[in-house]
Amino acid sequence: MREISQTFLRLKERNEGALIAYVTAGDPEPSLTLDIVEALVAGGADIVELGIPFSDPIADGPTIQAATLRALRSGTTPRKVLQIVEDIKSKLNVPLVILSYYNPIFKMGLKRFFESASSSGVDGIIVPDLPVEEASDYKKTAEAYEVDTIFLASPSTSNERLKKILEFTSGFLYLVSLFGVTGARERIQELTIKLIRRTVQITSSAGIPLAVGFGISKPEHVRALMKNGADAAIVGSGFVRIIEKNQRNRDTEKLLNEITMYASKLKEATVHTQQI
Amino acid sequence: MKRTEFPVRGKFGKYGGQFVPETLMAALNELEEAYNEAKDDPQFHRELQYYLSEYAGRPTPLYYAENLTKTIGGAKIYLKREDLAHGGAHKINNTLGQALLAKRMKKRRVIAETGAGQHGVATAMACAALGLKAEIYMGAEDMRRQKLNVFRMRLLGAEVHRVESGSKTLKDAINEALRDWVTNVEDTYYLIGSVVGPHPYPTIVRDFQSVIGHELKNQILKKEGRLPDALVACVGGGSNAIGTFHPFIQDEDVEMYGIEAAGQGLDSGMHAASICGGSEGVFHGMLTYVLQDENGQILTTHSISAGLDYPGVGPEHSFLKSIERVKYAAVTDKEAVEAFLKLSETEGIIPALEPSHALAFAFKLAKKMRRDEMIVVTLSGRGDKDVEVVANYLGEEI
Repeated sequence: MREISQTFLRLKERNEGALIAYVTAGDPEPSLTLDIVEALVAGGADIVELGIPFSDPIADGPTIQAATLRALRSGTTPRKVLQIVEDIKSKLNVPLVILSYYNPIFKMGLKRFFESASSSGVDGIIVPDLPVEEASDYKKTAEAYEVDTIFLASPSTSNERLKKILEFTSGFLYLVSLFGVTGARERIQELTIKLIRRTVQITSSAGIPLAVGFGISKPEHVRALMKNGADAAIVGSGFVRIIEKNQRNRDTEKLLNEITMYASKLKEATVHTQQI
Repeated sequence: MKRTEFPVRGKFGKYGGQFVPETLMAALNELEEAYNEAKDDPQFHRELQYYLSEYAGRPTPLYYAENLTKTIGGAKIYLKREDLAHGGAHKINNTLGQALLAKRMKKRRVIAETGAGQHGVATAMACAALGLKAEIYMGAEDMRRQKLNVFRMRLLGAEVHRVESGSKTLKDAINEALRDWVTNVEDTYYLIGSVVGPHPYPTIVRDFQSVIGHELKNQILKKEGRLPDALVACVGGGSNAIGTFHPFIQDEDVEMYGIEAAGQGLDSGMHAASICGGSEGVFHGMLTYVLQDENGQILTTHSISAGLDYPGVGPEHSFLKSIERVKYAAVTDKEAVEAFLKLSETEGIIPALEPSHALAFAFKLAKKMRRDEMIVVTLSGRGDKDVEVVANYLGEEI
């Protein structure tokens, strides 16, 4: 069994949900990403999601847009990100997922991309602008290299369409919790709760873990997701804001401490709160 | 033999498609269904026809530029006068069509992107005429360069949103419009300004702009009794070109030329010629030719003409290039300005800088052709908006 699935299984046995932590690779500079990931894992992140920066991130709000810009300015390329993954995987035992818009993958070529991703130790890929209709070659190539393909569902996805998406999905399903772009929000919308309840019925019978992201930034958000049946919470902008805040004073130690503390608070909210 | 009708399942050959976030997929399906229904509804066509003739001033003339023809020497040059359409450009053909569609879909709020401001102005006009609320995304850099159009949009009742992300130009305005659409997809219609974006936009915009080619065909048959030997149109996103070419695709004796912006030269890195100087990529929801670096990052572009300043191109153009039905070439800032001056002097028509690219190419082409042959150039817009840019380029104070 692949690493992501094993992780979900292990957490389920312990009656825990998963914390999936996102940061943009190379933000604020490539040499810091390994340390940041270590800090995430030290705080309890169960799966790490690294973004490949792209010039035109249409699904992202201002926080991650700014991170993307910092990462691009510091010279972060797709190849460099895969090198960072290799470094992380040689040091840490954590499932690692790459998020990339489709063009950098398309430009590298599907075969070359998956070949390098797989040999760097990438466990899964998320492409926010690749719907299943465009994904048949992508899926085939990913299968050949045994990399999980994590597809997204959204509030506008019908049940029928969700089933089709799940046929393309392995590892976990990424449920976009709201109409909008990434970024921290004050509270969880009623719509999100209903959406999770509707979706989990279908994901659980398909045997695919349900991860919920977009707008999740507080422990009480995480608790609400878990209580309503989600298997994982995805938090991104919350971590990126810590990086943003600390990159100016260049106090790496403070940055890493804050990341670990924030991760552990979120992780705590995934434990012992799941209803059976 | 009749050619296949493109697109097939949202693709022109391998180009086009729907590379968008999942949240937009339902909205694109809804749009496609609504458009297909509208297309088959005579009432929709009657209404569109009404606004095109009574409001936008169609048909636009096909003008024989006799002075110009004599000056250049060679083939006869005709101009399809889209500069005389309401608003001063072909953009209104599309915005009226899509605004009527938005109304039919019961969307009260319309969003659009704009680069130089022409599509923003045309959207604001169509929305004002049809009683819709328009919000226009425009890059901060473009707002600075095109203050007049910003004010025009506001006069027309539109709200203009300043875009500070990325390069602060057209591509970022599209990014921001897409982000808005993802957020407000349930009550908002996204009115794209060119034959770009995810399916079905390239088809919808093509169909609404094809009025250019259909009119032109009738007009030239009346004047000359035969089809032209060549059509020339400028290509940024490519809507006036597709609108010109589409009704002639199966007329194989008609040669077609799409002219891109070579800026300071294709080798300078300072251009906006996606087909002539780019490579295949996936951008703004479509697989097409784009300007990108070796890592797939989209590049910023340069052209003296803001309307051509876009790092992608409509997927149908990429397809027409691949089957060699249309030839693509690029013209520099310098050549475009020379053509701008020449048409102004010889015919008393100040063209926009965008079709000045098409003109510059047509001049070269005409010289190589016989005097009994003819070229039609689509004059996609008038040049009032560009006089300041040209004066600056020539080093003159106005």
